[in-house]
Amino acid sequence: MTTTTAGSGRRTVQRPGDRIFTGSTLAAGALILVILAGVAVFLLTNAWPAVAADPADVPGGNGVIAYTVPLVFGTLLGASLALLMAAPLAVAIALFISHYAPRRLASLLGYVVDLLAAVPSIIYGLWGFTVLAPKTVGLSVWLEEHLGFLPFFSGPASSTGRTMLTVGIVLGVMILPIITAVSREVFLQTPRLHEEAALALGATRWEMIRMTVLPFGKPGVISASMLGLGRALGETMAVAIVLSASPGLMSLNLISSSNPSTVAANIALQFPESSGLAVNTLIFTGLVLFAITLAVNMLARWIIARRAEFSGAN
Amino acid sequence: MTLTTEQQTPSGGPSSRPALAHGVLPRWAPWAVLGGAVLASAALSVTAGLNAALFAVVAAVLTGGGLYAWSASVEGTRRATDRLVTVVVSSAFLLALVPLVSVLWTVLGYGLERFDLEFFTYSMRGIVGEGGGIYHALMGTLIITGLATLLSVPIGLLAAVYLVEYGKGRLARAITFFVDVMTGIPSIVAGLFAFALFALFFGPGVRMGVVGAVALSVLMIPVVVRSTEEMLKLVPNELREASLALGVPKWRTIVKVVIPTSIAGIATGVTLAIARVIGETAPLLITVGITTGTNLNPFDGRMASLPVFAYYSYVAPGVPRDPYLDRAWAAALTLILIVMVLNLLARLISRLFAPKTGR
Repeated sequence: MTTTTAGSGRRTVQRPGDRIFTGSTLAAGALILVILAGVAVFLLTNAWPAVAADPADVPGGNGVIAYTVPLVFGTLLGASLALLMAAPLAVAIALFISHYAPRRLASLLGYVVDLLAAVPSIIYGLWGFTVLAPKTVGLSVWLEEHLGFLPFFSGPASSTGRTMLTVGIVLGVMILPIITAVSREVFLQTPRLHEEAALALGATRWEMIRMTVLPFGKPGVISASMLGLGRALGETMAVAIVLSASPGLMSLNLISSSNPSTVAANIALQFPESSGLAVNTLIFTGLVLFAITLAVNMLARWIIARRAEFSGAN
Repeated sequence: MTLTTEQQTPSGGPSSRPALAHGVLPRWAPWAVLGGAVLASAALSVTAGLNAALFAVVAAVLTGGGLYAWSASVEGTRRATDRLVTVVVSSAFLLALVPLVSVLWTVLGYGLERFDLEFFTYSMRGIVGEGGGIYHALMGTLIITGLATLLSVPIGLLAAVYLVEYGKGRLARAITFFVDVMTGIPSIVAGLFAFALFALFFGPGVRMGVVGAVALSVLMIPVVVRSTEEMLKLVPNELREASLALGVPKWRTIVKVVIPTSIAGIATGVTLAIARVIGETAPLLITVGITTGTNLNPFDGRMASLPVFAYYSYVAPGVPRDPYLDRAWAAALTLILIVMVLNLLARLISRLFAPKTGR
């Protein structure tokens, strides 16, 4: 690429068109970094008044940290619940599409799962509230009766179904397609020779998958799950509609009608009616959410990138 | 655990079979077991009164268990495990279809109630109770999403060109990494960012269409960059080299050769990016707000948008409730139709205008 510079000066004519084009593409690339930095800076400057303010003036009256911690707790609880339900299912679906379904059907089935990702989150909210929540009531009652000794199911079971459990299921459905798509890609990259060698040694299909596909795809599945986790952490509307939240509460109870709220849902519910310091406080919680999702995503990307170096693809 | 003892028999070597060959289940065995399991759980649900969910669970468990037991007794535990996993993996896929079908069914069922001409031609100005429509919200969504597209496509396209054609070294690596990270920004945080940015100039109560457009483009840019990058990378290097060898400047090579070759893929990516942001609720909720009247100027005050309209109609209905809920579902149906059409359109574009490869 740069070898021409070593030649005579005549060869390195910089046309104005080239210069303008290079400059504008570079500017666009740099702008992306600027935007990301801008997100951090603007949130920081707008969140600062809430940190600096007298704790009694912050909503809740105990300072911004006391306001944020229960929200972060709720966010993590809901997202991990979603991940717990979605990740094993997604791996199974990805295996089904990549190794079990007939070849002709595979891409079509993949598209069907991708359709789940296309449904806007507000619609999952409406669906979760109207259809799913009432259906979980029976399950909640059963869980309270039989597993009530666990802190998760201590009850009393909600009669509306607007519980953390329902939120976990809705979020799980929403992150399922992401985890499935990434895992499927990784499973399909398993070296064909490994698979055929396993089969030639007499392995059944499941043994072949356990010995070649799963070890090869493990980092991919982990990072896919982290990407899904990042999505679940930031999900707003579905949680805002479905969850009956009592702000400030920290409880592991998944099936009662008083649940810890999540950062994103709390912002969506409070922001339109807030002003002054309340807005700054909400922006501070948003900044915390940003930091958490950023960390999760960077970790996921780092795992993918580390793996890409020795994968067979490209 | 009687299975293990059953399994001993074939390996113990009854004289009927050669020592190294396994028995094999007939090809129809899985379907037969499935049929038997469905019949059994149907009988159980009639006698014990199971609901649909429990019926499915019982049928799946019976299929898996039955097939495992049969296969273990004939083929040995290794093959039985293989068959069991096949059942598990297939039922996982079927399980994933349940919410998809349920969501579509629900939205269609409730949404068709008010899916009429009046719904698309009237706004909500002065409407209490029945009547009214989503004209204002539909226009708001189209304007805000259109603006977001105008903002993000040039930036995303140029940045992708930089990454593929020019980018070497640390800056390019940083951009690639942060574009990936940016895809994970929660939509509500993008909304807060746009709000904070504009609040700096217009004061803390700012609610404008363009603020929402900026928030959406923060979400849209990384999607555009990623998909465009993938498409540009697919353009064979021979095309670039042929053009450069003819003395065409690099920038004209990119504009006249590289981009036209990959334009179908880029268009597909942009369409999918639009489909992704058009349903975003949270950023619009906090940056644009909601109105009842039609506001077509994104630089002046609150605008309505479909998802926010559906949200407020649902969580804060007036009296009587039913017309509001019907409108919320019909708006949700409209939204889902738009998203599905965009997705189909993206598939069509990539199928119809895909570059002819030599193979």
